[in-house]
Amino acid sequence: MTDTGKPVSIALANCAKTFADGTKALEPLDLAIHAGETVVFLGPSGCGKTTTLRIIAGLEEPDAGGKVLFDGVDVTHLPIEQRNVGMVFQSYALFPNMTVAGNVGYGLRIRKVPDAQVKARVSEMLAMMQITRLADRRIDQLSGGQRQRVALARAIAVRPRALLLDEPLTALDAKLRDTLRLDIDSLLRSLGITAIYVTHDQAEAMALGDRIVVMEHGRVAQIGKPREIYQQPATRFVADFIGTMNRLTGATDGGVFRCKAGIVPWSEAPATATEILFRPEDIRVAESGETANLQGKVASAFFLGDRTRLFVDVGEERPLVIESTARRDFQHGEAVGLAIDPRGLLVL
Amino acid sequence: MKRRGLFLLQLGFTLFVCAFLIVPMILSIMAGLTVNYFVGIESGLTVRWVMEVWNGYRDTIFLSIGLSLACLAATLVLGIPAAYVLAKRQTALTRAIEELLVMPVAVPGLATALALIVTYGTLSGFRTSWAFILVGHVLFTLPFMVRSVLAVLMAIDLKTLEEGAASLGAGFWERFRDIVLPNCRQGILAGSLMVVTLSMGEFNMTWLLHTPFTKTLPVGLADAYASLRLEIGSAYTLVFFVMIMPLLLAMQAFAKPRPAKFVAEETE
Amino acid sequence: MRNELRRLIFLLLPAGIFFAAFFLLPMARLFFIGGSGKTGWAAYAAILTEANYFSSLLSTLAVAAATTAATLVISGIAGVFLQRNRFPGNGMLVAMLTFPLAFPGVVIGFMVIMLAGRQGLIGQITQALTGEKLVFAYTLSGLFMGYVYFSIPRTILTVMAAAEKLDPKLEEAARSLGASPWRVVLDVIIPGLKPAFISAGAICFATAVGAFGTAFTLAAKIDVLPMVIYTEFTLSANIAMAAALSFVLGAVTWVVLALARTAAGSSVAAAG
Repeated sequence: MTDTGKPVSIALANCAKTFADGTKALEPLDLAIHAGETVVFLGPSGCGKTTTLRIIAGLEEPDAGGKVLFDGVDVTHLPIEQRNVGMVFQSYALFPNMTVAGNVGYGLRIRKVPDAQVKARVSEMLAMMQITRLADRRIDQLSGGQRQRVALARAIAVRPRALLLDEPLTALDAKLRDTLRLDIDSLLRSLGITAIYVTHDQAEAMALGDRIVVMEHGRVAQIGKPREIYQQPATRFVADFIGTMNRLTGATDGGVFRCKAGIVPWSEAPATATEILFRPEDIRVAESGETANLQGKVASAFFLGDRTRLFVDVGEERPLVIESTARRDFQHGEAVGLAIDPRGLLVL
Repeated sequence: MKRRGLFLLQLGFTLFVCAFLIVPMILSIMAGLTVNYFVGIESGLTVRWVMEVWNGYRDTIFLSIGLSLACLAATLVLGIPAAYVLAKRQTALTRAIEELLVMPVAVPGLATALALIVTYGTLSGFRTSWAFILVGHVLFTLPFMVRSVLAVLMAIDLKTLEEGAASLGAGFWERFRDIVLPNCRQGILAGSLMVVTLSMGEFNMTWLLHTPFTKTLPVGLADAYASLRLEIGSAYTLVFFVMIMPLLLAMQAFAKPRPAKFVAEETE
Repeated sequence: MRNELRRLIFLLLPAGIFFAAFFLLPMARLFFIGGSGKTGWAAYAAILTEANYFSSLLSTLAVAAATTAATLVISGIAGVFLQRNRFPGNGMLVAMLTFPLAFPGVVIGFMVIMLAGRQGLIGQITQALTGEKLVFAYTLSGLFMGYVYFSIPRTILTVMAAAEKLDPKLEEAARSLGASPWRVVLDVIIPGLKPAFISAGAICFATAVGAFGTAFTLAAKIDVLPMVIYTEFTLSANIAMAAALSFVLGAVTWVVLALARTAAGSSVAAAG
C-alpha cells in the first residue's frame, strides 16, 4: 500500500498577491516544482513565502491573471477542500475537541472512508510517527514535539498529492528542532512526496531542500540547489541571508586583489572588482611557517566547543568572521596572519 | 498588628454586607414557611402557604419555565451563528453590529416593551400570545448568548483550526459541525445558563407585555405582593428562589477558571 | 472566497431580521409616536420644561447617582478584600454576595419591605433600641436601598476581576518608597481600578435610572421616571407622552453606557 497518492508536479504562472488593504505581498511569480521534489521557500518574515504556500494550498487566490497548475490541470479557483493537499501549520491546528486518533482520522472520515479502514490507517500513521501510545490523549496533554508529529500524521493520513509545511519547527526549542528536522527529512525521502516547506531558518532549508527558493520583499532572489545558493549567491541579499559572508574592499591589480590588510592572490579577479566576498570556512589563521595573505588583530574570540569563532579586525568596516579549530586560546588584540582559499572568492 | 486590625475591619464590613444581602432572603423564606409571620417561628412551620401559591399560581410557574426554554432555543438559533460571524470578521461594521445587539440591554425594558406595544399591539393574536413576551425576552437575552459564545471563539485560533479542517477536505458545514460548535461548548453552556436565568427573572418588559392569560412568575409575584398578603408573597418568593437557585449555583460553578496545563517535552 | 462573504451574511441574517423587526422598527415607531401627541414634538422637551417631569428626572438621577456612589464604595472595599485575602469561607462569602444577581426588581422590592417595611427587621430593631419604629421602604430611601441591593452583586464581580489583574509590584514599589497602606490604596489601588469603577459605575447608574420593578413594588409616592412613564401609559393613556419620555430615557442610558465603554473597555450589563 502506498502511503501517499501519486506525487504531483506544481506550477505557478504569473501569481501575484495584493491584499485588501493594498499591501503587495507577492510580485508576479513563475515557478515549476517537479513531482516528488522538496522545495524550500526561505526568507525573512514578510518576504512572501507563506503567501506563496497559501496560494499553492488554495487558502488564498492569486491576483487576476495568476494560475496554479497541478500536473498541468488548472486548480486556481479550486478551494483547498478539493485540492487534496496535506498541510502542516505553524501552530499545528490540532482540533482540541478530538483525541489524537480522532485528529489523525478526521480527513478520512470526511471522505466517508469506512470505519474499519479509518482505524487501520490511523494505526499505521501513528506507528510511522512513533506516537501509537498517544492515540487516546487529548491535544492539551501533548508536548510541542508530540503535537508536531500528530500534525504530520494527520496530514499524511489522507494520502495527499503534496505536503505543504508552514514553518513547522519554528515553535519548538533548538534541540527538539534538530531532532525533528532529521525525522522530517527521512519522512519526506521515504514518502517520495512533493513537499513544499516554508522557513526562515537557513540551516533547515539547506538540510531539507532539494531546491531552495530564496525570497525577499515578495520577489524571488534566487532558486537553486543548496550548494549553489551557498557557494554562488546571486545577490547581496542572498549572500548575507545564507550563512555569514566576509568582505574585503580594495582593487584588482593584475592577478591579485589589494586591500588594506594585505594582498590576496586571485588569478580570476575581475578587473573592475572593488569588493570580494568569501565564507568563514575559506579563510584560516595561518600556522607558523605558512605564508599569510592578510594581517589582522583579534577583536573577539568565542569558544564554541567544537570550534572557536574569531572576529578579526582587518581595517574593514566589519571584522572578518573566521572559524578556527586550532586547539589554543586566542587573546584579545593578538596579531594573526590569515590565509584565504581563492576558490571560495566571489564578486557580486 | 495594624494589618490584623485592618483585616478584621474589612472582614467585618464584608460580613455586614453579606448579611444585608442574605438576611432578607432568609426572612422571606421563613415568612413563607411559618404559620404566622407576626408571631414568628414559634407558631410552627407549614407548607400551607406554598400549597396556596401552587394552586393559585401554578400556571405562572409553567409559563415561566416554558418561556425560558423557548427563549433558550431562540437565542441558540439566532445567537450562535451571529457570534460566529462576529468572530470571523472584526471590522468596524461587525463592531457596530455588536453594539446594536447590546442595545436592548442598555435601554430600559420599559422602553423596549412600549416600543413593541405601539408597533405590534394591534395584531391581537400576537399581542395576547406568549410569543409576544418571548420576543421581549429574546431581545434582552440574545446579547448574553452572543457575548458568551464570542468570548470563547475569540480565545481559540478559529481561523487556523478551520483552515486545518479545510486542508483535510471538510466543507463549510462540516467544519461548523465538527470544529466550531464543539469548541465553543463552554460558551454555549455558560450563555444558556445566563439566558434561562435572566428569562426566568425578567419583569420590566414582561409587566407591560403580559395579559391576564400570559402571566409569568415575576408578574405573579408582583400581583401577590400587591395583594399585601405577606405569607403568600413570601411563599411565592420561596418558590422563585427554589427555581432560580440551582441555576445560579450552576453559573457560579461554571465561572471558576480552569488552570492552563503545561506539558514538558519528553525525552524519548 | 466570495462564497465566504455570502455565507457569513446568511448566518447573520436571522438575528439581523429579528432585531430589525422587533427592536429597530419599534424604536423608530416609538420615536414618532412620541412626537404625535397633543403637544407634538415639544413632548421631547417636556422632560425639562414640565415641572413634574423635571422633578421626577431629578429624583431618578439623584437616586441613581447615590446608588452608584454607595455601591462602588461597598463593592470596592468588599471586592478588593475578598480578592486579596484567602481564608476559609472566602468562596462562600463571594457566592453569597453574587447570589442576588438575577433577582428581578420585584423580588428586591419585597426584600426592601422585609427589611424596612412596617413589619420589617429594621423597624423592629429600631423599636427595640429607641422606641421609634423606622419605616422607610416606601420612600426614595427604600428605593435607594433596593437599588444598592441589586447593584452590589453586579459590580462586585467586575471589581474582583479587575483586582485580580492589579500588579502587586506597583504596590510593593509604593511601599518601598515609604507609602502607608492608606496612601497605597489612594495612589495605587484606586487608580488601578479606575477603568473597572467607570464601567461598573456606568452600568450601575444606567440600570438604576431605568429600573422599574423595584419602584413598582414599593409604589406609593415614589416618582422616578420609569414609574411616571408607566402611569402615563396605563392610567392616563397618554401614549405619546409615555413614548417620548421612554425614548428619552432609553437614549440617556444608552449614551451613558456608550461613554463608559469607550472610557473603560467592554463590560457586562444585566436586568433591573
